[in-house]
Amino acid sequence: MQGIMYLGGISAIIFIIGIFVFIAKEGLPFLFGAFDLKEFFTSPRWIPTSENNPTYGALALILGTASVTGMAMIVAIPFSLGAAIFIGEFATGKTRETLKILIELLAAIPSVVWGFIGLTIMNGLIIKLFNVPIGLNVLNAGIILGLMAAPIMTTIAEDSLKAVPDKYREAAEAMGATRWQTIRRVVLPAAKNGLVSAVLLGVGRGFGETMAVLMASGHSINIPHSVFDSVRALTATIAAELGETAVGSPHYGALFTLGILLFIITFLINLTADLVVRGIRKK
Amino acid sequence: METPPPTPDAPDVLANTEIAVRVKDFSLWYGTFQALFAVDFNVKQGIITSLIGPSGCGKSTLLRSINRINDRLGYVRTEGVIEVLGKNVLDSDVALPQLRKQVGMVFQRPNPLPLSIRENILFSYTLHTPDARKRTKAEKDQIVEEALREVLLWDTVKDRLDHSATALSLEQQQKLCIARLLPVKPRVLLMDEPCSALDPEATAAVEELIWQLRGEYTILMVTHNMAQARRASDECAFMLMGKLVEHADTAEMFVTPRHKETADYIEGRYG
Ligand SMILES: Nc1ncnc2c1ncn2[C@@H]1O[C@H](COP(=O)(O)OP(=O)(O)O)[C@@H](O)[C@H]1O
Ligand SMILES: [Mg+2]
Repeated sequence: MQGIMYLGGISAIIFIIGIFVFIAKEGLPFLFGAFDLKEFFTSPRWIPTSENNPTYGALALILGTASVTGMAMIVAIPFSLGAAIFIGEFATGKTRETLKILIELLAAIPSVVWGFIGLTIMNGLIIKLFNVPIGLNVLNAGIILGLMAAPIMTTIAEDSLKAVPDKYREAAEAMGATRWQTIRRVVLPAAKNGLVSAVLLGVGRGFGETMAVLMASGHSINIPHSVFDSVRALTATIAAELGETAVGSPHYGALFTLGILLFIITFLINLTADLVVRGIRKK
Repeated sequence: METPPPTPDAPDVLANTEIAVRVKDFSLWYGTFQALFAVDFNVKQGIITSLIGPSGCGKSTLLRSINRINDRLGYVRTEGVIEVLGKNVLDSDVALPQLRKQVGMVFQRPNPLPLSIRENILFSYTLHTPDARKRTKAEKDQIVEEALREVLLWDTVKDRLDHSATALSLEQQQKLCIARLLPVKPRVLLMDEPCSALDPEATAAVEELIWQLRGEYTILMVTHNMAQARRASDECAFMLMGKLVEHADTAEMFVTPRHKETADYIEGRYG
């Protein structure tokens, strides 16, 4: 038994290193060839298929991902915190169990289904409600992504509320604090680290999500100026273009460079979340 | 604190016969389990009354009914009356925050909030002072200092008011837990075995502190330590299996108990 677990742990590490080496290897020839650091980070012109003058500006893609993720957090943070507080601090018995199951079900919806909802229901709804020409945009993808990230965020946030010892609540209530005052002044500050890491994991989910964003964001290269602009995400770009590039071509390498960027960003986010969680345990 | 603490045996305190807490025909059930049976119990104002009895006899339950902190459980049912300063606190229209401002509680295990020392002292005060936000820092500093001085903690912690309260020693934590009740000027202090988590030295220190608060506050203290009841209370009540058996002057009870059960308990024939 121990042997299997050991093997599992080792192979997980080997896989991660292997993946990184693979991505790096495919991206490196481009990084040392046609790559232009300044262009990559400051130009919105992502035109890798141009015959005579291909450009690889990732700014619009980075901003696309960032804006959709930002929108997603605006949706997901209140939603998941609210749900976690309700489930953890107010709901009891059946209500609580039902809600937890519901949240788990929500987490189990495949991302392509979310994308489909974005493409059909949300698209029509946004066009009608806001009277805009297209409903596939930052708002749409952000809401979809927010709903996708909320369940895991809710679960982690609720766990961290549950980890706050009940004696603190009792102490506060014995001094005359209402339930809300207790939550606001005692429970939330005590659960701060867990809540922050819940949000960070949600952000990480936002950066990494592909299919739903591809379907709901409009997938057109734009520096977004409002939530009604269509954008294109880093992940979606890789997914949509990788199949049509020649292996080893600069375009192919450029897509892998996007991959390296994503890898680094999500790695940093998860690392921060992890360190924050470790902070709780130490206390 | 310019006023000197009351001397241990100030006689005027005992002359006071007003009743601060009046428990009448009070019964309590946890679900279907009856924990208290028609308890009648009057706690006089300004003195220390100790509540003794074997483990599981319902001392904590009775104490926790007076500030209604037992309500948190959600499966507690009561009958009878508990009057605090003339008002039945079991009435459905009682404002719990108000009640708990008047009736402070100290728990068995020190439970400072995971905030700074200063924030702990100001917690209750902020809850119960509508314009607390508008008070100047100096005013709040004054409140913090007064409360900490009253529990003899000021000199020890004055340089680390912004440190976490949970890092203090147990004795200091328990003193802090008493201190944080004082800024809202409670009338009654309920203490549930306040020294049982402390070593003998710390117990002596906290006991002494409680003795100093006598007169200013009505104190009802649960203890399973008979020596403590004997040396640190004016009156004593003995409970057994959910019933209040005997209530008398401490000195009298320990010398000439009226009931056989009381005598047996005092002589150590129960757990
Ligand atoms: N939360 C609770 N739920 C159910 N029964 C309880 C609860 N708290 C105490 N009891 C029961 O009520 C009785 C009195 O308990 P308690 O008041 O804690 O006694 P004491 O403080 O005198 O040791 C005991 O039999 C105990 O098991
Ligand atoms: Mg007890």
